[in-house]
Amino acid sequence: MELTLWTYEGPSHVGAMRIAASMRDVHLVLHAPQGDAYANLLFTMIQRDKQRPPVTFTTFQAKHLGGDTAELFQSRVKKAADLHSPSLLLVGASCTAELLQDDTAGFGKRLDIGMPLIPLDLPAYSKRENWAAGETFYQIVRHLAPRTKPDQPEQGKKTGTRPTCNILGPTSLGFRNRDDLQEILRLLESIGVDVNVVAPLSASPSDIARLGDADCNVVLYPEVALPAARLLERNLGQPYTKTVPLGVGATIDFVKELCGLLGIEARIDQMIESRLPWYSRSVDSGYLTGKRVFIFADAMHALAAARIAKEEMGYDVVGLGTYERGFAKAVRAKAAELGIEALITDQYLDVEAAISESAPDLILGTQMERHVGKRLGIGCAVISAPVHVQDFPARYSPHMGIEGANVLFDTLVHPLMMGLEEHLLGMFREDFEFQDVPSHLGHQPATGTHAPEAVMENNPEIHASVPDASPDVTADDLSWADDAKAELSRIPFFVRGKARKNTEKYAVERGVALVTLDVLYDAKAHYGRH
Amino acid sequence: MNAPLDSGMNMGSQPITAPQSADCKTSTPVIQREEGQRDVFCGLTSIVWLHRKIPDAFFLVIGSRTCAHLLQSAAGVMIFAEPRFATAILGERDLAGMADAHEEIDRVVAELVNRRPDIKMLFLVGSCPSEVIKLDLDNAADRLNRSHENVRVLSFSGSGIETTFTEGEDACLKTLVEACPEADANAEPNLLIVGCLADIIEDQMRRTFHACGVKRLDFLPSKSTSELPAIGPNTRILLAQPYLGETLTALNVRGAQHFPALFPMGAEGTRAWFAAGLAAMDQQDQIDHPMLKAAYDRARYSLEKARQELDGKSIFFFPDSQLEIPLARFLSQELGMTLKEVSSPYIHQQIMQSELQLLPSDVELREGQDLEAQSDRCVASSPDITVCGLGLANPLEARGLTTKWSIELVFTPIQGFEQACDLANLFVRPLDRRTRLAV
Repeated sequence: MELTLWTYEGPSHVGAMRIAASMRDVHLVLHAPQGDAYANLLFTMIQRDKQRPPVTFTTFQAKHLGGDTAELFQSRVKKAADLHSPSLLLVGASCTAELLQDDTAGFGKRLDIGMPLIPLDLPAYSKRENWAAGETFYQIVRHLAPRTKPDQPEQGKKTGTRPTCNILGPTSLGFRNRDDLQEILRLLESIGVDVNVVAPLSASPSDIARLGDADCNVVLYPEVALPAARLLERNLGQPYTKTVPLGVGATIDFVKELCGLLGIEARIDQMIESRLPWYSRSVDSGYLTGKRVFIFADAMHALAAARIAKEEMGYDVVGLGTYERGFAKAVRAKAAELGIEALITDQYLDVEAAISESAPDLILGTQMERHVGKRLGIGCAVISAPVHVQDFPARYSPHMGIEGANVLFDTLVHPLMMGLEEHLLGMFREDFEFQDVPSHLGHQPATGTHAPEAVMENNPEIHASVPDASPDVTADDLSWADDAKAELSRIPFFVRGKARKNTEKYAVERGVALVTLDVLYDAKAHYGRH
Repeated sequence: MNAPLDSGMNMGSQPITAPQSADCKTSTPVIQREEGQRDVFCGLTSIVWLHRKIPDAFFLVIGSRTCAHLLQSAAGVMIFAEPRFATAILGERDLAGMADAHEEIDRVVAELVNRRPDIKMLFLVGSCPSEVIKLDLDNAADRLNRSHENVRVLSFSGSGIETTFTEGEDACLKTLVEACPEADANAEPNLLIVGCLADIIEDQMRRTFHACGVKRLDFLPSKSTSELPAIGPNTRILLAQPYLGETLTALNVRGAQHFPALFPMGAEGTRAWFAAGLAAMDQQDQIDHPMLKAAYDRARYSLEKARQELDGKSIFFFPDSQLEIPLARFLSQELGMTLKEVSSPYIHQQIMQSELQLLPSDVELREGQDLEAQSDRCVASSPDITVCGLGLANPLEARGLTTKWSIELVFTPIQGFEQACDLANLFVRPLDRRTRLAV
């Protein structure tokens, strides 16, 4: 028994649902009690899908338990087959149904429904969402893809045609998968590689049957695609890429690796047009040097972020971790390379404690770390699942490939104080107005404005810090003398609001109704001493 | 599961059920029962509002990763530094008998109590997996009560095989009733208002009843677990929520008397509800108290604009919260809406009796669900508004329907005179949005 307040990964059957919902012409019947259908809202609310996922829940209740839940399961499978007539039916069980031992796999196999049916084994008490997504995709490929190499000689097939690959791994509810896929398709087009099949996202069962036609596989999301890619390598001799194209360096490595697998020349110079290298070298980015970052994400994004942070942003990686125990080894190795210890946990309180302990300047994490960052007053860029409605922006916003590197530069800089702003703060550090808190952290107004003065105006803490008016003077009574007002306007915009608030607070506390130049500087002297 | 009320009890007083302005009908609509795939939350979802209503309680679900995932998907868990609900996730070791489940519960609870000394009451909440493996949480609660002095431990089931959505609150309150002290048989009568309400509504109701001479007034759940109301034969029950069948049975067992009423939604519903409460406390004349009358008039006035917007519009209810019938009554009776279909996961006929009498006798009234068939019926009937769960809303919108999430009706303060207009506006807004958008 494990005390869990919040979980990074959903249960196994949600992984299977993601694969079913990714594909066309596939239906999943889940043996599950009523209530488990909540998972539909992940698709229709978080991802804003226009259709319910293609999933039938048997939704058994207590009254069925005394009778025959297995019969209920069989009748629901038949009904779903009749109603939806998919080309492929998947059947599985959620955590409760697993305990009933209704042998959904056995019943599934024996049912004559006139269409291919794959029973899924989704161990709910030992496995999780990502594993189950990988397993479900693997089973589909195992059942539907050819098991042996096509007879025709490989060389003959290639003559005069562009090399081809499959793209494996993009899924429904995957973090930025929608846009990553578009970006990688663009990249492959630019280097002269054709795409045979993309799967599971948007693939039909007949597409899976064509996987063998490609020269190699591109594994975009290893947690989903790796088991299937290994199978295809074993059965069909299709090699697969091991580099995930996240960041400029990794994207170049990916292109080199892919071109190597396909035996074509890699034209890197032509291909790389990312703004990241220049932006990172621009003098304005000097302030990024040595910023301490803490990384916690799914394994793939954590590993990629560590490389980007170190090599492409010039940050110091002070923490690296993942909630995916299955990839702990790789994350531990990367951490060791960085001279730190990896954090492998799925308890967010442990992550929060580790972040608090290392006091980084920036967190690269999941939506949970974004909230942790809010509590600790540390900026956070979200780089990984679990997905949130914010991770499906209306705009095109990939993390992979060339445009992805541009997006990542912005994403990894945005939570930090703007460079210009920091230079100015450095210049005015001795001034009483200086407040050593990035202006857009903590109490950012809901309008999302980044004008520092507006932020300060809207900062409830600052308003709250003005004490109740003294008997004779209230904040409403205050007026500013012209000279004081003019002086105030010379104070840099990003601390002006704070300066005004402090001065007014000082005046109210002393019962002064008119803020003169003297009052302004008395206030400055007063707060400067503290 | 909901058990029928013992109808032999509490017939001593004359209940007031319907508002005086309405025509009392003798025929109630026919309930059609439907079987099939359901799209409902399980009772664990109730924890989302129960934990806010009982601020010194912690809810520990003994369940699976699915339970934890449901809770965090339904509640914005990330905003909490540390939520007051959690899941003890059963693992392979627990199921294979390698670990003793009760020892594991003891260990997890000790960890929790140690971590959260502010917790005064701990609910062990049963789930589908814990029910199927027949984990006896009542027994566990008894044992833990002996080993933890400063925490009261209770248990209830929120499992999807036994409860839907709001029935989790019913199960929780039933357990709370059992924990309430016994009132003396000669105690002064007290009015017990049962069901979670927003604090602001509770205060309004308390003020109104006080003004009308009802001084001995308790709420269940109470704001603090150390102030549980005493319950006995002189306790008079007024239900504030319609889904509390099990709780009502438990209260009846303690001798408390139920005063059936319309539920306090809309001006008429709220007035009838107050009338029942006043009658229960022998203050029926106070229904004309100026404060009550002013609030009623204000509510009627506040509904005028919404009525202009909603009059003649049609509505379709998917089964979800068991609020469907009182809502349908309010929308048809006070705002002139037509009812295409009203479905509820479960219809407690006695609790709903006065509500059902006010529905049009030819209304399509359904208990249970067959999701695919119902979705087809909904689209075919092209209602102006469809009330449904979160999983269904966007797909229906994509098919051209206007929807209202049922969960919002559970989380928003909608009961009482002062909220009548807010309730109506929850239905006005989706229509308003659709007319504004030109894209």
